[in-house]
Amino acid sequence: MSDLALNFFNPTIIGKVWPFLLQGFYMTLLLSAIVVPLGLAGGLLVAMLHSLGMRWLNWLLMAYVDVFRALPPLVLLIFIYFGAPFLDLDLPKLLAVAVAFLLNTSSYYGEVFRAGIESIPAGQAAAARSTGLSRWQTMRWVILPQATRNVLPDLISNTLEVIKLTTLASVVALPELLNNARQAQSLTYNATPIVLAALVYLALLWPIVRLLSRLEHRSLARRN
Amino acid sequence: MSAWDRFVFSFFNGEVARQYLPAILDGMLLTVGLAILIVIAGVAVGLLLAVLRSSGFGLLNLLIVVFADVMRALPPLVLIILLYFALPLAGVSMSAFAATWLSLTLVLAAFAEEIFWAGILAVPKGQWEAARSTGLSRLQTLGHVVLPQAVRLTVPPLTNRIIATTKGTALGSVVALSEILNQASSSASLAGNATPLTLGAAAYLALFLPVVILGRWVETRFAWKR
Repeated sequence: MSDLALNFFNPTIIGKVWPFLLQGFYMTLLLSAIVVPLGLAGGLLVAMLHSLGMRWLNWLLMAYVDVFRALPPLVLLIFIYFGAPFLDLDLPKLLAVAVAFLLNTSSYYGEVFRAGIESIPAGQAAAARSTGLSRWQTMRWVILPQATRNVLPDLISNTLEVIKLTTLASVVALPELLNNARQAQSLTYNATPIVLAALVYLALLWPIVRLLSRLEHRSLARRN
Repeated sequence: MSAWDRFVFSFFNGEVARQYLPAILDGMLLTVGLAILIVIAGVAVGLLLAVLRSSGFGLLNLLIVVFADVMRALPPLVLIILLYFALPLAGVSMSAFAATWLSLTLVLAAFAEEIFWAGILAVPKGQWEAARSTGLSRLQTLGHVVLPQAVRLTVPPLTNRIIATTKGTALGSVVALSEILNQASSSASLAGNATPLTLGAAAYLALFLPVVILGRWVETRFAWKR
């Protein structure tokens, strides 16, 4: 077998490191299953607060969203994880990652949901309220279902980004897929684990990318 | 020391800040330079790929789509680590700067290609036909009729993608590129104090907050008229 194959796709090493990488993959799935719903909930909250239309509150929300869209998520994570011990806080890794992600992803999801809510004509809320629905019921049963549909491609695209971001957790040695692949790489002096991890990420995320391209082209076709 | 004093001492320490400010400023310079190079190369390659795709060669189109898909699906950190730690085993080594630049350029090029392509598709077919019927060549039609309209549509999504990708320069710290984050965290461990981390965060805000606000403005300014 050629050197290249031995260094990048070595069957013996694949056999050896596969269980370890699989553990990492499960952690990546678990992490995604934690941070995506958290971010969605946070973003929904930001957008719903925004829709109340209170001036000072909207300024605050905009500042929050812009600050956390300006800070790279890795900077947030490092700041929280390595800053906390200076306050005698011993943050578990998973918690540090969850907090850093929540600040970042709620800002992005918040902007998406806000655009969605603003895409619904004001007359719909007025009509719903006139039938006797409360503000909350109007939001829950009339505005949000349509708003979510309108921004579905953006929600999916954002979720793709969030799942890709879970690789940052490797920087604080949370044992997700990339972390385990790098560890395996340094133990075996071989690139196979990293290549394998890249293939797993591709297998997981490529379908989402395809789906997005489809949705995008469909909405363009409708426009023409 | 009270808890508050301790907090100020650890995160807003004037003495530590003065000492490590030059290191953070060096990092800022590198981050800005790297970001500019990524934007220039990424947008240029993206536009080139979209134009090639519009000329409709079957095999070439397939290659472009596969490239764009893979680069959009792979987490950028995985790409950087592949280029920096794995490629040397194939005899190709590159500096941390080159690995970070190349990875983020490829990612930006992939997204930019998709954005430009969507913009080109959004220009109604009738315009192509009308322009061609006046005797313009394919390239002239693209350059004078289609692209000027397409590019306008692509400004908001492209701005957002550029912000997201240039923020990714922080990932360079993983391969010890001395950009802002790396300077900040190594200064923090040298000083035994978190103030350099605060400085680093402030540096990112100083660089990116104006861009994010500009992006907000661009979004309303170039919005689709429905």
